[in-house]
Amino acid sequence: MASHYEAPIRKPLVLGDKGYHDVSVDIAAPVEGRANRHWWIVFSIALAALLWGIGAIVYTISTGIGTWGLNKTVNWAWDITNFVWWVGIGHAGTLISAVLLLFRQKWRMAINRSAEAMTIFSVIQAGLFPIIHMGRPWLAYWVVPIPNQFGSLWVNFNSPLLWDVFAISTYLSVSLVFWWTGLLPDFGMIRDRAVKPFQKKIYSLVSFGWTGRAKDWQRFEEVSLVLAGLATPLVLSVHTIVSFDFATSVIPGWHTTIFPPYFVAGAIFSGFAMVQTLLLIMRKVCNLEAYITVQHIELMNIVIMITGSIVGCAYITELFIAWYSGVEYEQYAFLNRATGPYWWAYLLMMSCNVLSPQIMWFKKIRTSIMVSFVISIVVNVGMWFERFVIIVTSLHRDYLPSSWTMFSPTFVDIGIFIGTIGFFFVLFLLYARTFPVIAQAEVKSILKSSGERYKKLRDEGKPLYSISKNGIVRETYIKSEEEETAVAGQPTIAVNLLDSIGSFDTENENPDDLKKVKGIGPLMEKTLNKLGIFSFLQVSKMTQMEYDLLDTLTGAFPGRAQRDDWAGQAQLLLNRDK
Amino acid sequence: MAATVIHAYYNDDDVLMHAVKRIKEAKHHIEEVYCPFPVHGLDKAMGLAPTRIAITSFMYGVLGLAVSIVMMNYIMITDWPMDIGGKPSFSYIENMPAFVPIMFEMTVFFAAHLMVITFYLRSKLWPFKEAENPDIRTTDDHFVMEIEVHDNESELKELLLDTGAVELNIIKTSH
Repeated sequence: MASHYEAPIRKPLVLGDKGYHDVSVDIAAPVEGRANRHWWIVFSIALAALLWGIGAIVYTISTGIGTWGLNKTVNWAWDITNFVWWVGIGHAGTLISAVLLLFRQKWRMAINRSAEAMTIFSVIQAGLFPIIHMGRPWLAYWVVPIPNQFGSLWVNFNSPLLWDVFAISTYLSVSLVFWWTGLLPDFGMIRDRAVKPFQKKIYSLVSFGWTGRAKDWQRFEEVSLVLAGLATPLVLSVHTIVSFDFATSVIPGWHTTIFPPYFVAGAIFSGFAMVQTLLLIMRKVCNLEAYITVQHIELMNIVIMITGSIVGCAYITELFIAWYSGVEYEQYAFLNRATGPYWWAYLLMMSCNVLSPQIMWFKKIRTSIMVSFVISIVVNVGMWFERFVIIVTSLHRDYLPSSWTMFSPTFVDIGIFIGTIGFFFVLFLLYARTFPVIAQAEVKSILKSSGERYKKLRDEGKPLYSISKNGIVRETYIKSEEEETAVAGQPTIAVNLLDSIGSFDTENENPDDLKKVKGIGPLMEKTLNKLGIFSFLQVSKMTQMEYDLLDTLTGAFPGRAQRDDWAGQAQLLLNRDK
Repeated sequence: MAATVIHAYYNDDDVLMHAVKRIKEAKHHIEEVYCPFPVHGLDKAMGLAPTRIAITSFMYGVLGLAVSIVMMNYIMITDWPMDIGGKPSFSYIENMPAFVPIMFEMTVFFAAHLMVITFYLRSKLWPFKEAENPDIRTTDDHFVMEIEVHDNESELKELLLDTGAVELNIIKTSH
């Protein structure tokens, strides 16, 4: 069909000779397989970090914020640095799934699921910090505008900190819903592939009974599009509001109108770096190299390079405006940043964020997996230092030189930060084992336009499909409920049943112990015997049609036989007996 | 009387689209098509009405905006007006700039969540809901078209096989 046409110059986004079924198999593989040793090692490390973090948080809450390295000059440091860092990382997920959807970028489909997962997990980490640094987190509900026992005392809607509460909670909840809605068809796929009853149950539950009717898909696509349209301004608003926490204050170095766009660019920059880090590992561990290709890595590197340049531009603009303002406090704040006692943090920020991504101008470098991985880590470090520089260097030398001081974190500051990194990876590793990590339904929908198999067929001038006119015809009989109880109807069905699975000669053959099949109890065995089913051979020949017949005959546990896969079990038992 | 439906299985979206067009041309009514992934243009070809879910989202957004205005007007202006930095909050419109972020967030919150809830309810998606796809392959690589038979079984069978159905399942329910 013409709609599948894509310019031949576009590189394939799904490599190898993949058809629709191959996509299902590849994406279900990490979920259906077992975790390897590497997964357990990394998971244990992450879990240990999380536990350490929990210890540090418990210590903070039970003893007080005094356990941190804060002092009366630097009264806001790692907590808010970490908060901004994690929120920023979260932004890439929404950017990939929403903005790239609006721009119809097909390459988003291989990475949007994991990027959105990263968004949700990192916003959870971010949300922890404001709650912990309240000092009395059990009163966290005071940020919600609810009538309270203190008279007409409300939250202050003029405060950017309250805007943050609304922005972050809207962002987290909308991202979650966006993510889960996209997951429904993919959970449905895993549900229908699941063999073990427990897995089947869990994936039925989380897939919300996704059925995939044409109308469902029509609504699904409309909902995705509208959610993308809503999420795009939302993601821009979130980091804008985060930057208001600083920009609306009167601290030199914070009070700058450039903050909103500069923070948003920085957020996308750091988020893409984190996506890059995670996906480079994931494509290797989950064998997804055919879906997350070098082309994807290159495109992400280009985004990193461009947003890195925007961030660099913002740094220089900030310096220029500080000089141009003629305000000596403002000028000193920036001079002190670059040449004061925190010069090393400033240098780290400049080199990691502005200089390092510039090497991506070379194609050889931006298509190299190793370099991409290193740069993505470097950018994450650099972006953490950017927030540290903005926050701490603006505070540590205030208007009163006698109170000038330095900030040094305690083990509790470090512990909480490491703990959130651990928490993030615990969540992400669990996700990678239980969720379809690639939006397989979406990938299937672009397979014909961007898959290597179909691109080759198109190049060779061969058709992408063929119509075969010799389909199989089968018939299924369903008895409606009124007749199910009527005995008269039974013998004919029973004969039908035995026709397809073969009869059993009770005089010359020995009946098998059907109870060995999981799901067949003594009662069911008697019923089966009554119907003339005695051997594993007969059970192993049962298909959907026979199961249905059986259900109509017995009326007990409809669907039980399919769920437990009697035929498969019987086949195994049959082979064992031989 | 026996009600009979045919489930026609296809394993390719292009073949399916051709089939849908031919079957509609032959004036048969397609009950349902179960797909593993969205097929563009299928809804139009089947004759499904366009979805109105985007319109509901707009209305929910307007509702969210209204809720945020009423809430902040009551809290900040009527119930407990504060004088912050010599800028007393006596009228909503004069204080509105500070309320824009939350007006925006509440609009998005309502529009997104209520639209998704509407979608879930209309498409019957919720926890513990049993899936209703007739064959487990419809979430993998098969498309199933459901057509009701009205004394034209052999004609339909022929037509469906001719359109490239890989499998036909004729389901007879007797009452």
